[in-house]
Amino acid sequence: MQTRRDVFQAISDPTRRDIINLIAFQSMNLNSIAENFDVSRPAISQHIKILIECGLVTIKKQGRERFAEATLKPLHAITDWIEPFRRHLDERYSALDEVLEELKTKKKKRRH
Amino acid sequence: MAQKNNKTQLTVEPGKQELIVVREFDAPRELVFKAFTDKKLVAKWLSPKKLKIKIHKFEPRTGGSWHYSHIDENGNEYSFHGVNHDVTAPERIIQTFEFDGLPEKGHVTLETSRFEELPGNRTRLVNLTVFQTVADRDGMVAAGMEGGMNEAYDQLDALLAS
Repeated sequence: MQTRRDVFQAISDPTRRDIINLIAFQSMNLNSIAENFDVSRPAISQHIKILIECGLVTIKKQGRERFAEATLKPLHAITDWIEPFRRHLDERYSALDEVLEELKTKKKKRRH
Repeated sequence: MAQKNNKTQLTVEPGKQELIVVREFDAPRELVFKAFTDKKLVAKWLSPKKLKIKIHKFEPRTGGSWHYSHIDENGNEYSFHGVNHDVTAPERIIQTFEFDGLPEKGHVTLETSRFEELPGNRTRLVNLTVFQTVADRDGMVAAGMEGGMNEAYDQLDALLAS
């Protein structure tokens, strides 16, 4: 079986989600990233490797240091996946809103 | 008037077997609970707009069971059934839920709906669904996507016809 490498695989692990959050707004070198976690440095490297393969992280060299930079665009695939289901629920609850408005109006009328 | 600020929040964490839906309503908790447990009222909102609903069995009490179908314009029925594990007015409904149209029986979920009182006669519904597997959950979400796609195609049809 081929290893799955896409954005869904990238975020299936909590540590990888934390790494993305950490570097979402500023790139960081690998040691600084590792300092934020209780897991070993090699484990963090492995996660970053997967994030690179999934297209969410790129490595930029600055002098001797390597900085991890987040590319957030592929995350849209996740919203695209969830949004239709959310819209389906939204349609149902909008109908419920209308039922509730009717009930409230009836209640008021009864009181008068 | 439907309230536009009452957004449906959906939490689908990767790799987990659960799905959480949070939605607020501009109505007191007793009324929202009533809309969930009165057969005639449920019939008004549970089905997607384009489908009709047929409620075969509706026993909104602890130990009762339920069974309904959505029916499309070609008469195809999509049947769902389950058991009410706990119905406690006006705060919670815990039920099992199974779609009968799957090729294999037994893919059941446990669905907990909590109705929380908010200030100003408003109510927050927190709905937690636990699936047997991550694949079951992801399949359910993807099925919603199919519905969304059909809707999109319908809109395209309308556009093309105009």
